[in-house]
Amino acid sequence: MLTFTIRRLILAVPTLLFISLAIFLLLEFAPGDPMAQVPLTVPAEVKEKMRLALGLGEPMHIRFWKWLVQFFWIEPQVLIDYMFGTSLTEGKLRVISWQTRSPVMDIVAQRLPQTLSVVGTAYIVAILIAIPIGIYSAYKQYSWFDQLGTFVSMVGFSVPPFFSGVLVIVIFSVQLGWFPSIYDTTHKVTDWESFLYQLKQMIMPVMVLALQITAQLSRFMRASMLDNLNQDYVRTARAKGLGEYVVVMVHVLRNSMIPVVTVIALGIPSIFGGAIITEQVFKVNGIGQLLIGAIQANDLPMVQTLTFIFAVLIVLFNLIADVLYGILDPRIRYD
Amino acid sequence: MKIKSLLLGAIATAALAPAAFAERGSDGEVSIIYWQAPSILNPFLTGGTKDTEAASLILEPLARYNSSGELVPWLASEVPTVANGGVSEDLTTITWKLAPGLKWSDGSEVTSVDVKFTYDYCTHPEGGCAQLSRFDGVASVDTPDDLTVVVTFNGPTPSPYGPFVGVESPILQKAQFESCMGAKAPECTDANFGPIGTGPFVVEEFKPNDVITYVANDYYRDPAKPAFGRVLFKGGGDAAAAGRAVMETGEFDYAWNLQLAPDVIAQMEQGGKGAAVAGFGPLLERIMLNNTNPDPALGPDERSVVRPHPFLSDPAVYKAMSMAIDRPLLVEIGYGKAGKVSCSWVPAPEVYAISPEGCDVQDIAGANKLLDDAGIVDTDGDGIREKDGVPLSMLYQTSTNAVRQDFQALIKQWWSEIGIETELRNVNGSVFFGGDPGSPDTFQKFYADVEMYANTFAGTDPQAYFGKGVCEQAPSPANQWQGENISRFCDEEFDALHLELTKTIEFEKRVEIGQQLNTMVFEKGGMIPLVHRGRLSGVSNTLGGVDLNVWDSELWNVADWYRIK
Amino acid sequence: MTELSPPAPVVAPRSQWLDVWDQFKSHRGALMGGILFVSILALVLVGPFVYWNDAKFVPTGRDFLRLRDMRPIYTILWDSGAKMDWAYPLGTDNLGRDTLARLMFGGRVSIAVGMTAMVLALVLGTLVGVTAGYFKKLDGLLMRLTDLFLALPLLPMILVAAVLFRESLAQAIGPEGGVFVLIVCLIGITSWMPTARIVRGDVLAIKEREFVLAARSVGTTNTKMVIRHILPNVLSPIMVSATLGIATAIIAESSLSFLGFGFPPDFPTWGRLLNDSVDRMILYPERVIFPGLLISLTVLSVNYLGDGLRDALDPRIRGR
Repeated sequence: MLTFTIRRLILAVPTLLFISLAIFLLLEFAPGDPMAQVPLTVPAEVKEKMRLALGLGEPMHIRFWKWLVQFFWIEPQVLIDYMFGTSLTEGKLRVISWQTRSPVMDIVAQRLPQTLSVVGTAYIVAILIAIPIGIYSAYKQYSWFDQLGTFVSMVGFSVPPFFSGVLVIVIFSVQLGWFPSIYDTTHKVTDWESFLYQLKQMIMPVMVLALQITAQLSRFMRASMLDNLNQDYVRTARAKGLGEYVVVMVHVLRNSMIPVVTVIALGIPSIFGGAIITEQVFKVNGIGQLLIGAIQANDLPMVQTLTFIFAVLIVLFNLIADVLYGILDPRIRYD
Repeated sequence: MKIKSLLLGAIATAALAPAAFAERGSDGEVSIIYWQAPSILNPFLTGGTKDTEAASLILEPLARYNSSGELVPWLASEVPTVANGGVSEDLTTITWKLAPGLKWSDGSEVTSVDVKFTYDYCTHPEGGCAQLSRFDGVASVDTPDDLTVVVTFNGPTPSPYGPFVGVESPILQKAQFESCMGAKAPECTDANFGPIGTGPFVVEEFKPNDVITYVANDYYRDPAKPAFGRVLFKGGGDAAAAGRAVMETGEFDYAWNLQLAPDVIAQMEQGGKGAAVAGFGPLLERIMLNNTNPDPALGPDERSVVRPHPFLSDPAVYKAMSMAIDRPLLVEIGYGKAGKVSCSWVPAPEVYAISPEGCDVQDIAGANKLLDDAGIVDTDGDGIREKDGVPLSMLYQTSTNAVRQDFQALIKQWWSEIGIETELRNVNGSVFFGGDPGSPDTFQKFYADVEMYANTFAGTDPQAYFGKGVCEQAPSPANQWQGENISRFCDEEFDALHLELTKTIEFEKRVEIGQQLNTMVFEKGGMIPLVHRGRLSGVSNTLGGVDLNVWDSELWNVADWYRIK
Repeated sequence: MTELSPPAPVVAPRSQWLDVWDQFKSHRGALMGGILFVSILALVLVGPFVYWNDAKFVPTGRDFLRLRDMRPIYTILWDSGAKMDWAYPLGTDNLGRDTLARLMFGGRVSIAVGMTAMVLALVLGTLVGVTAGYFKKLDGLLMRLTDLFLALPLLPMILVAAVLFRESLAQAIGPEGGVFVLIVCLIGITSWMPTARIVRGDVLAIKEREFVLAARSVGTTNTKMVIRHILPNVLSPIMVSATLGIATAIIAESSLSFLGFGFPPDFPTWGRLLNDSVDRMILYPERVIFPGLLISLTVLSVNYLGDGLRDALDPRIRGR
């Protein structure tokens, strides 16, 4: 397993380089213009000069090379500088966003806490709810609990967040006035009081996101459990006189985890990626909102950097999922 | 002008008397929400309204337009005119006098050197300054003494109030931006995110594309202002959410540019926490008529470039199309109190506006008769008229926006009743208004027969705006589709008249020519004007002193805002 | 494991598929799901022919003010002054277009897009997943391809595709057909990856089971092995992906149209109706409830159908 992991990690480097090139070319060929959000009152010649100032006059391969150097060589040095107080990067040009004319990584670092706390919490909540629901629904298939679970999760998944988000705002902010409708990103948790406020402003976005994730996870959990509950080994285990709890929670659960692990591993990079619509509806202004804003403003360095970080996480968690398969089912071998 | 501005100042002080008694910062925090989030606070590096308006709390110009469109002195002691000797008789120089005793928010003196530096900063060849056109025609900026700035133009300039006037052309501090000229601009993140200014507030924390917190400027010229000690400026989301936060939940005090249908606004106002206020600038929603042929069968060098349109150049067709439109209904459906019926390309300032007869009534029968009389009739019985064998069938595109899609559906129905078939398309705003020459969907390329959008101009002088109607401005592959004459309207008489306007100095004469140009574009098939649009902003019931200004930053008088107790 | 039938049956053998059908018929959930699905289909397919109002008609002149913003007829139960008309059972929108007609017309597109895009994504995902899981040599390549597709930003990808293919497709199959093909392909191509990953994970585990070894020892070919032994055992995650995929596709269609790469703006679909009405949620709740409900019901019915099919195909359950 260790050699497998190391081999995969080494292989990941060319993969990621190729992905970064693909992203770059895609963004280059996509129609779009960083001047789209400049008002029509600004004349065309001025816009052309602004484009040149962004470096758009240079040929494509040079811009890609510059990005590679900035991202893989200069940005890590910035991190070292930040951690050890050295000054390796004095005067070197970092990856600069076209919208803000400031280093992309600084903004990403600024946005991460919001996204991690809201989307991350939603994920944890969803996993904690979905797995028990999935197990119990499968164990008592077609019971009223199962039927209710199916109904709620299907409706929850079919209702898009642009609707459910506004719905909870209308109910809980406008009508009842319990929670703020706009997430305050400047809020700092210092004491119990401010912690309560933080909880209050997180509750609605977490609720909306968790509903979607729970629906998805619990369906996969249930389906996978159903597949295994009827296997011969379950009968054998029961015949051996093992307790029902041990049979279900140890034998069946472990064998049913593979699809669920896959879904969770697919989902964790998206915690970083943020939840675009939910973040917009609640004004959480995390990474998701940053990405969609950058795409709309055609801020290519920002989009490129964000998607690339996203790609790294995807490759990494795919690897982690593969390792976990091997642990869950030792028969799976990669070598 | 001087007396007028003095008077205005007096009125303003009288109106704001309750606030004047207050102490600086005594009213706590005011919260503002813009559904587009500011990215940067240096207006010279961005053209975005959201950014320039967020910066207007900090950076100020020498003079600016007030809410009735009049020029008032801001950092200058008075507005220079020919009458007071500030503008030379031959209209080639303008001399600004800075108000004495002004201080930057770091405590240093504001001098004419800073003003000259602002000019140098923006006109630096590598800087890519977004406000470069404000300095068009400027030959030099000189500083005879610490408080005097002389701007010399290349030739006589009837309207010399471009440089250093208005929200787009404020003054930067030399000391802060000295090392940020040209290509170095992006390296100055700290300066771009927290400029030192003369305005009522200074940046405390700036989170790009998210939120800004400001605190009152200790060195602000009026010791009693601003009444608010802090400003929270949140960005992001959509107009509906912003309106809800002000008018329904009361979480915010001010919401910018609520582009929402009138029934939605009315329902929000019932929340009882705030109200929507409207102000009218020259913004006009219009349908542009393509004067060239957009047939996809033509190659990229010919499509929407050279050939005349098969039927849209016929006056009977575009006049009938205009007659079939029920403008009062469009206003009611789409804009409510933020819209007015208009058939004038330049609907404001009012002197330039025209009001052709029949603009505010729908006349389907008349339109049908017009087409019948012109011999454009349905020859093959499919309900669609033909002109010289070409069916009147059009592609009608616009940007994605709920109100615009409603307009499309209504207008499609009306045109179908006069035998014109319409296919609708909507394009995402960031593609439609982006100038990417590689995209077939931009409004400049105009690969459609008609398209709808709104446009306006900065300031109160429409000369440059009228220039968007001259032949040579037509977008084409030769100029990377960057021309501004979107309808490819081309008329020798118009071009000659516009040239005359650029040479005319006398105000009355300019107005007269302006009206003629306005009429010409309407009568000769440049566009079908639809609605004169206002700006609608939401204001909390507890926020006082708001004076919605569409000629300048909406936040122009934030120093005078106060909390109603 | 379905190969355990006795070598010489005494009674005439019942076909396996007949068994499956019998089980499917008697499955209560499947039956209900089936009925629900058929009635929704009937509503959207037959409805527009029977119903008297046209989905795209906008009233003009004096009629406009009379006919716009009509409430559904049931509103009269609690508000006798409500603006309603028996000719417009579910009311009209802010331009006077009939809501029921728009729902029925929009359902055709939404269901067609949802089903086709889902099938495309499933076929692609299953193909990639099974191939990667079963053939070790292809695993690395196919999974890196999946990573690439997961990483590519969706919006720019759609923009590129629209620029490259929209006009040529519109010329080849007509504007609406072209848009349909473009949307289905875009949604299908951008949503197969989770299915592929999940299927691959399951296949990796299943191919190490004893019955696969047994089948191989009797000389089963790879194709046979995949179709007869592997696929039936990964059916349940595929079914779940299918139900979730429909919902995703219906919503994705509305966001594509919103961006301007979908159907023309006066062409209603469920996702679009829902999207357009969110701002007026309080004033006219029916405009969000009905499209939302129809999407949910469609997904629910497909879910129950999937459950029934899965149970019917499982020989261990079928016997009971």
